[in-house]
Amino acid sequence: MTAKKSSSKAEQPQVATFADHQVITPPNRLGAYVRRAAQGDRDDPVARAEHALQKLSVQFDDWMNVECDRLAAAHETVLRAGFTPEHSGALYRAAHDIKGAGGTYGYPAAAIAAESLCRIIDHAPVLQDVPTDLIANHIQAILAIVREHDRINAVNVAETLSRRLRGIADEYLAHINRDRPEHLEAILAPSLAPAG
Amino acid sequence: MFRIDFNKLRFLVSDDNAHMRRILRTLLHSFGAREVYEADDGANALEMFSHYVPDIVITDWAMPIFDGLELAQMIRQPGANANPYVPIIMLTGHSEKRRVMMARDAGVTEFLAKPISAKGLYQRILNVVANPRPFIKTKTYFGPDRRRSVGNAYVGPERRVGGKAEVIQQPALLEKARVAG
Repeated sequence: MTAKKSSSKAEQPQVATFADHQVITPPNRLGAYVRRAAQGDRDDPVARAEHALQKLSVQFDDWMNVECDRLAAAHETVLRAGFTPEHSGALYRAAHDIKGAGGTYGYPAAAIAAESLCRIIDHAPVLQDVPTDLIANHIQAILAIVREHDRINAVNVAETLSRRLRGIADEYLAHINRDRPEHLEAILAPSLAPAG
Repeated sequence: MFRIDFNKLRFLVSDDNAHMRRILRTLLHSFGAREVYEADDGANALEMFSHYVPDIVITDWAMPIFDGLELAQMIRQPGANANPYVPIIMLTGHSEKRRVMMARDAGVTEFLAKPISAKGLYQRILNVVANPRPFIKTKTYFGPDRRRSVGNAYVGPERRVGGKAEVIQQPALLEKARVAG
């Protein structure tokens, strides 16, 4: 497939020029692809997509295990070779992916613990100075939550564990950033973006 | 109730996580999309953006090589590519206020925090297709109008200086590039 045809003169943007800015109205080409539903049209694309996601979910446990293996490997590399930008970046992305996908895969408590780990990496002034146990406990908690997922009462235990870890991490971050107001503000600020 | 002709839209999905790309592809195909191109990092995404000229870009933030924020900044370069106005939906695990503001200031059109849902994704796509915002160009910003509503309730410094508007037709960027080339 190649690029779509180029814009014609009729598709040129309208530009209103002001003293220090321009307001540009590009041609609304995508507007041609939206229309009012016809009477009796019962098509529900969202329900169709949710159904497809449900069918895909048989693979989510396997995918979560892959993410956990990746996190554990990244942590081992950091322990062996230190917090180089490359290694801490890999650890961060592994935790960040669990934070983002854990809820979708059915492991919301693992996502909470992964978010807490991301906040430590984001806001610790010097990663080498973070207590080794604090990071290790997050990793072990995420792995345990996923591997013990099917045990009775595991959901409640997992959420309690994650929230406790988040509390300890927040306390540490607030203390270590007490003289860095921009980080302190970010640590204490509530999440702004609504989840999907 | 509105309907989108997804089968006429071309998507570029950029995420370094293959599982997340699979989920996105599944959702988009279920909506009715046929053309969904995938990139596994920001550099590939930029290359595919130039080659396929997608109608909508959906990108993760945290990616190797260069990230989704840098990708948005590179796309929002007037004159540098075929469609600097393309809608960009940032789909990310980041949800902190600071991050949302950074994405907005990089020219991201819509922000969607993970965990992803079919409804959330559909609504963002509907919004960029049915309610496009004008673009603002200043010395320091080029991207969708960051003011989503026009009201009298705003209090604070006025950052835009008004004055008499002069409406002009601007040649399409691709045509300008062809003339220059």
